[in-house]
Amino acid sequence: MDMILTVEKQRQLEDVIRTELLANGAEHVILVDSSGSLIVDCGNYPLEDILPLAALSAANFGATAEIAKLVGEEDFTLLFHKGEKKNLHFSKIGEEYILIVVFDKSVSLGLIRLKSTKAAEKIMEILGA
Amino acid sequence: MALIDLARRELQVKIVYYGPARSGKTTNVVYLYKTMNKQVTGKMVTIDTKGDRTLFFDFLPVNVGKIKGLGIRIQLYTVPGQVMYAATRRLVLRGVDGVVFVADSLRVQRQRNIESLKDLTENLNSYAIDIRTIPLVFQYNKRDLAKAGVPILSVDEMEEDLNSTLKVPAFEASAVLGKGVFETLREITKRTIRVVANKLVK
Repeated sequence: MDMILTVEKQRQLEDVIRTELLANGAEHVILVDSSGSLIVDCGNYPLEDILPLAALSAANFGATAEIAKLVGEEDFTLLFHKGEKKNLHFSKIGEEYILIVVFDKSVSLGLIRLKSTKAAEKIMEILGA
Repeated sequence: MALIDLARRELQVKIVYYGPARSGKTTNVVYLYKTMNKQVTGKMVTIDTKGDRTLFFDFLPVNVGKIKGLGIRIQLYTVPGQVMYAATRRLVLRGVDGVVFVADSLRVQRQRNIESLKDLTENLNSYAIDIRTIPLVFQYNKRDLAKAGVPILSVDEMEEDLNSTLKVPAFEASAVLGKGVFETLREITKRTIRVVANKLVK
């Protein structure tokens, strides 16, 4: 599905990400589509790291969906990678989009999960997903 | 998925290098990464196994300049060529805007080229994409091996096997030496952007 992201939509998406996630301790938030295209991102990481992160995350989600099918699930809608200092939370938005949140150990997973769900609802409205 | 980002003033497209195992898909992308200015390419990601065979995909973002004020960012991907990775190939093709089919000129690989093209056709069909309409370019790789006395297919034979009905541009190449690599990329980029622009800016 091809897409034109207008300046207005991009501003709305960034507002949601800032108020729901960055304001609650997330370090970087990335919105990608399932083919790995970067739609919007906010935070401190440089673009040269964000582009491969977007591609790998989409692939990761795709691979996980295949695993889901093998155990009789249609899909897994949430993924969580726990590191020593940094964590990654992935959630699926509609059929096409993936929200990726990078946060450190000082922020609780529960808060990120709650805020990701809230942000996802607003993003769905903006993108009409 | 092609994306026009009006805030960044940028067009993103996804181009996938497809073809049978060991035909030189990764070699193409590695050559681009090594020879292009690092301001133009981003970080290359490659997921391979011990023997340097692609397990999942290679990924390289490339900025190829501006058209009418819009920056063009191409996301280059390769697929794993080995037959057993069929599901992975289909996954990498998701949202594809253009395809480079890297065919192996070795005579012994003749059947594998044909099978891989059939596999591409079927995988594109699974996303409701017709191989006859998607931007596509052939690259007949490893032409340099003729000099070493290795039996290779003639260009006419490869055209007959792969391109007789599609009739898209085809380039002779030796990716390991860099010959034909940029020509292939230039042509697929041109074709992809033309199609995407027509679709998105009606």
